[in-house]
Amino acid sequence: MLLSELAGLTRGGFAGGPYRWHGYDTIQNRMKQMQDEMQRLVSGLTERPATAREFPAINLWTNEEEVLVTAELPGVNAEDLDITVVGRTLTLKGTRGTTEEAKDDECCHRRECRYGNFARAIELPYEVDGQKVGAKLEKGVLTVTLPRAEADKPKKITISAN
Amino acid sequence: MADTLDVKEAETYNGTEHTRAVKVYTPAVDIVEKTNEIVVTADMPGVDDKTIDITLEKNVLTIYGKVDLDVPEKYRASYVEYGIGDYRRSFTLSEEVDRQRIEATVKNGVLKLVLPKAEAAKTKKIEVRAA
Repeated sequence: MLLSELAGLTRGGFAGGPYRWHGYDTIQNRMKQMQDEMQRLVSGLTERPATAREFPAINLWTNEEEVLVTAELPGVNAEDLDITVVGRTLTLKGTRGTTEEAKDDECCHRRECRYGNFARAIELPYEVDGQKVGAKLEKGVLTVTLPRAEADKPKKITISAN
Repeated sequence: MADTLDVKEAETYNGTEHTRAVKVYTPAVDIVEKTNEIVVTADMPGVDDKTIDITLEKNVLTIYGKVDLDVPEKYRASYVEYGIGDYRRSFTLSEEVDRQRIEATVKNGVLKLVLPKAEAAKTKKIEVRAA
């Protein structure tokens, strides 16, 4: 528990700074992945979930044409979620209301789920077409599809023979 | 490095192994004890009413959520923060819970379990009279 919390604290806690794109295989990226993997392993061993992770946790999928960002947003309603794209930065902002509160004579045995406001900025690997961005929220999982801007797509250059 | 998610090894849980080669995660829970009931809230993104399994054996309540390994095709995982896998967590119940009236609902990937207290276990307030 302590280990995962410590690891979480060094990463900025609840409203973390923007995730910066460092390219595919930089040392930082690998280190972060290893750190996350360790955190997951440790939390699995002690049977306690990681409590101080950045929220929401995201995964980023890419190919030449599109970026796909998925985020775990349990308990968040679509109307309480705000998604914006400016340049190469995707921002997820929203709120999750509490379901059960302990009143005076009641007691709270566990408090592990996150509630309240959250905001997270993610730097994308390339420029995207803001008009064509699509998002869906299903079973507490958000999927944002961001097509690459036409101007930013790689151009194939043909060599003309004399 | 993490090119695909489906190459992860299945982890063992309490000595028993799974037949499905998926990781099993422990969902975050809230447990609130009210006067008449105990409310358990579990964050299980990716799970709906059809893929959740709740069992009560003797006095152990087990929540199991199955998540489809929905790895997008034709993409490579460039940055991974959370893994995709099933959820499992067990709790030991006291005799105080009325097993017949346990209710469970799932909304937006959040499971809500209401465990009503048995009549005998409800707290009785004892009035103190001034003599």
